Amino acid sequence: MLELSRIHKSFDDQPLLRGVSFAVHRNETVCLLGPSGSGKSTLLQIIAGLESPESGTVSWQGKDLRNTPAHLRDFGLVFQDYALFPHLGVFENVAFGPRMKGWQTDEIKRGVMEVLQLVDLAGFERRAVTDLSGGEQQRVALARALAPRPRLLMFDEPLGALDRTLRDDLILQLRLILTRTRIPSLYVTHDQEEAFRVADRILLLHDGRIVRSGTPREVWESPDSAWAAQFLGLGNILDGRVLKGGRRVQTRDGTFEFKCAHRHRSGDDIRLLLRPTPVVGGSQLVGVAEEIIFQQDKYRVLLSGGLYFDLNAPPKIGDRVRVRVRLECLGVVRSP
Amino acid sequence: MQRFLALSFVLLLLTACAPQPTGPQSLTVMTHDSFAATDSVIHAFEQANNAKVSFIKSGDAGAALNKAILTKSAPLADVFYGVDNTFLARALSAGIFEAYDSPALSMIPREFQLDSTDQALPVDYGDVCINYDKGYFAEHNLTVPARLEDLTQPAYKRLLVTENPASSSPGLAFLLATIKHFGDPGYLGFWGELHRNGLQVVDGWETAYYTNFSGSSGRGAQPMVVSYATSPAAEVMFATAPLQDSPTASIIGPDMCFRQVEFVGILKGTAHRSLARKFVDFMLGAEFQADMPAQMFVYPVVPAITLPDAFIKYSQIPSQPAMLSPDEIARNRDSWIEAWTNAVLH
Amino acid sequence: MAPEQSGAGPHRASFWLRRGALWLLPLSFLAAFFFLPFIRILAFSLDAATLSAANLRVALATLGFTVYQAALSTLLTLAMGLPAAVLFARFRFPGRSLLHALTAVPFMLPTVVVAAGFNALLGPRGWANLALMRSFGLSSPPIAFVGTLGAILVAHVFYNTTIVIRLVEGALSGLDPKLAQAARSLGADAPRVWWRVILPLLRAPLLAAMLLVFLFDFTSFGVILLLGGPSFATLEVQIYIEALSLLNLPVASLLALVQLLFTIGFSVLYTRTAVRSRIQTAPRAAQSNRRRAATRVEWLFIAGAVLVLSAFFVLPMLALPLRSISRLDADRGDRTAVQAGLTTDYYSELFINRRNSIFYVPPIQAAANSLTYAGASVLLSLALGFPAAAALAKPGRLEKILDPILILPLGASAVTLGLGFIVTFGRWLVHPWMVPLAHTLVALPFVVRTLQPALASLPERLRQAAASLGASPFRSWQAVDWPIVRRATLSAAGFAFTISLGEFGATSLLTRPEYPTIPIAIYRFLSQPGGANYGQAMAMATLLMALTTIGILMIERLRLPGAAEF
Repeated sequence: MLELSRIHKSFDDQPLLRGVSFAVHRNETVCLLGPSGSGKSTLLQIIAGLESPESGTVSWQGKDLRNTPAHLRDFGLVFQDYALFPHLGVFENVAFGPRMKGWQTDEIKRGVMEVLQLVDLAGFERRAVTDLSGGEQQRVALARALAPRPRLLMFDEPLGALDRTLRDDLILQLRLILTRTRIPSLYVTHDQEEAFRVADRILLLHDGRIVRSGTPREVWESPDSAWAAQFLGLGNILDGRVLKGGRRVQTRDGTFEFKCAHRHRSGDDIRLLLRPTPVVGGSQLVGVAEEIIFQQDKYRVLLSGGLYFDLNAPPKIGDRVRVRVRLECLGVVRSP
Repeated sequence: MQRFLALSFVLLLLTACAPQPTGPQSLTVMTHDSFAATDSVIHAFEQANNAKVSFIKSGDAGAALNKAILTKSAPLADVFYGVDNTFLARALSAGIFEAYDSPALSMIPREFQLDSTDQALPVDYGDVCINYDKGYFAEHNLTVPARLEDLTQPAYKRLLVTENPASSSPGLAFLLATIKHFGDPGYLGFWGELHRNGLQVVDGWETAYYTNFSGSSGRGAQPMVVSYATSPAAEVMFATAPLQDSPTASIIGPDMCFRQVEFVGILKGTAHRSLARKFVDFMLGAEFQADMPAQMFVYPVVPAITLPDAFIKYSQIPSQPAMLSPDEIARNRDSWIEAWTNAVLH
Repeated sequence: MAPEQSGAGPHRASFWLRRGALWLLPLSFLAAFFFLPFIRILAFSLDAATLSAANLRVALATLGFTVYQAALSTLLTLAMGLPAAVLFARFRFPGRSLLHALTAVPFMLPTVVVAAGFNALLGPRGWANLALMRSFGLSSPPIAFVGTLGAILVAHVFYNTTIVIRLVEGALSGLDPKLAQAARSLGADAPRVWWRVILPLLRAPLLAAMLLVFLFDFTSFGVILLLGGPSFATLEVQIYIEALSLLNLPVASLLALVQLLFTIGFSVLYTRTAVRSRIQTAPRAAQSNRRRAATRVEWLFIAGAVLVLSAFFVLPMLALPLRSISRLDADRGDRTAVQAGLTTDYYSELFINRRNSIFYVPPIQAAANSLTYAGASVLLSLALGFPAAAALAKPGRLEKILDPILILPLGASAVTLGLGFIVTFGRWLVHPWMVPLAHTLVALPFVVRTLQPALASLPERLRQAAASLGASPFRSWQAVDWPIVRRATLSAAGFAFTISLGEFGATSLLTRPEYPTIPIAIYRFLSQPGGANYGQAMAMATLLMALTTIGILMIERLRLPGAAEF
């Protein structure tokens, strides 16, 4: 398994990665989720051996990879813009890795056909890569990375350039392939929806550090920080002050009960998450509908004041809206 | 950028269509590249004849003759100077000249008047001789070879450089000298021995003189080079610091030098015949003849011209220069060169 | 909405019209200044008798040697040029710009000067031999250089490496670094990354470079004559001798015809191969890839390459400036008593018309003449090269025929062409524009080959985006096309500039004596004996080298107003 310990890296004299540590175990797909420019691609390059960290270690099964050159690490890499070799056809692109490993000709042929079958591109062997569509190219890139049977697969925002339906299809296929091949994978993206669909475990990268690690469900249910909740688009973020008794909180939009794992003292200023889906049995919140956006299976209603909710039946603009909500605590901002 | 193009286009038109000023007649003289003359001498001619002389330089003697022959039907110039005795027959048979019985001819010794039809008139002569590096010979206690045969002696092994007669005028001249001396095919035996004695052959005079010759500023390896009798004088005249003696001298034994005579002729079809004739007379006149040595490093055909000091002191005139008739040269040139190439280069 | 896609009548006509218009200018230029004179001289001098078996046999044998030495030279030039291109494309190091400019200087030095330089270094009395003789107590010089095939090969590499560097460097810096990263992640170590990914992607510029270098070596004249000596005869040398010495025009024309036919066959072969190698890559910013050495191997490579390049390109030419400032006259008339001492006499002598010759031209004037001709050649070559490159950028069936035609002047006999000029143009021969025209004939293939990949890489999408944002065709060209093409244009201009500066053969034929260029002036000095003449020739050659280096440095550093570097 892959283990990163306290990786530091600067870019243009500005610190980019400030002590990143995590592990990828057998059979799991870990998704590294973070905003653009947060250093995700750099991290992949460091793991692949194409860049060196300023400090920290990358190890595989306990062995430090510091002195292992990139071409011997056996980590497959799938790029966002595919990076297919334009002078080679599909077959030769996919056969590249096995060739480098010295497989026999028939082994290579078999391996390439197998993996092309896997990505649903059987029959494409003779095609020129420049003739293919975006989705086809991405699948060739995947096949190419898979063909030499690497011990780890890394994806650098591989679906970024594709349209929505294609992306959804590919995510599904990808998930199936990864499960079937059982290769541990590290998947980097800034799209949280993609991350949630693909990952066994999600790592949130913020400000050069991993701020949250957990299964998609865990992260979804307990983002544990206002930034994470914001980034994941989980709902509205509110500020509030804990009232006496520690059970209720005073916010700009009213006073509500709130759910929290830790105990708060009265007077604490805390951040709260207000999910857009109404909750049965929650406190009531009232507002005026300002904007209504159709979202196929529900309606997103923006209230004046800035909060938004997803409702089944749309009100009219200007109507008074009543919603039952439950606030979740995200963490203390300041204690008195 | 557009303005520049427009401007140059306009200039082009102007230069092409500028009306000819009435007044000075124009005379075009085609020469080979070695032609040189003093400013004032040419101007004097222009002034005296209300003329404007322009020159077209056309490469070496062979290239210039080629040019003249190719443009025979629409000549580029009025006068052509630069045919030498090795090309004379060729030029005459091509019929590029028209005859002119200049009064100046009466002053020129018979030996130079190689064209009896007076189409090509002799202007100057020069001798192609072996130059040797005095310092080298002194240092190595070598005696200067007195005859062509001496050159095959072991003492002179690898000490001589000559030019390929196929591509060089002095190279051809030296070859012709040996043919005059040893006869045909005797000369081939001589050259074979030279070849075995370490003869260096290069493409042309510039390489031989400045790359191979030890007596020049190029400081090469060979102390003997086929060059001109006037080269030692040039070494003195073209030194930036005054020299007391020339570092080189010519070997002028019998038949060791070949005499090259250069001719001028009026090109057939000229539109300025009278002016062309005047120019030919001018070239055969005292002023131009006296100007030639220091400019072109050749000897005037007209006798009793005052030569520059350096010429008198450092340039030797052979008493028995080798000469062959222009017809004989024209007939056999190709086969001689081919035979020589087989004997020496292969 | 590209014209190629439509099939309707009027669209098709306008498509052909557009294509035709692009080709019209360069083709008419070639027709007038290459085909016409060449055909005329051949028609004038060839006759049935010349086409004898004996003559043909000799012609073919000469062709054989010519091809042999050209092929060998080309391979060696590639061996020198490819690592050099890698060095300049990938790395930053002190002195990079200067070394880059210096590799281009030989291209425009007249052969007589290069020969002098090599001789000073490797001749029997050159530095190398003298040093070896002294250290090992040898009696005769161990290195035989001048007069060997080796000298020809070395001189060709010396001259033409810059072609390989210029054509390959651009392509190399434009390569997507992700491709190499992908290869590494798939298990390819550095050598295999080069062999399997990078070199194949460089096939097109490498082929183009090979073509140009081969043709230059094929028609090489001065190098064979001066450094190879009389034992080696290529077609061009033979043509020269037959035509200008033996005045044997029919044989000369036969040889020229053989030469031309071979060139046609060769360039057709090239075009076929090149078309297959064309790989589409998107334009990239060039600067981003250059960096300092990262590993020890890289450091060694840089150090080694810089050392080899400096030695090869600087040493031979050092002799010239050195000689231009040392006393070259015999002391008191005795050559062996050689005086030491530096002097600037030869430079000051350049400005004196000591003999009051009517043909004296001050060096400033010669330099100005050279620069003027070079400037005109650059303008002409670009004006003709752009439409040709634009047409070739979108290759079609027509291009397969027209492309080889463009290359022809490079592989044709300069001597024969010169004679053709004489026969065709007569009095117009000495017109001032003739010289730049002749230079353009040689420069055009280089210009086209440099511009074409840049023009081919222009993405239609960007232009459409600009149009949708309200940009007129001109502004779209200025904002989108020009930044991408600018670098290639500068490179092409540099080529034309250097070719023009160093051209000697055609210029000596066409120029008036009162407008000599620097190479002609140098040659004039060397055609007479005397220390002052030799020294002035060295001084002029030094001036030429300095002028060229500065010119190239300026062109490369030119920062025109506009968008980012491409």
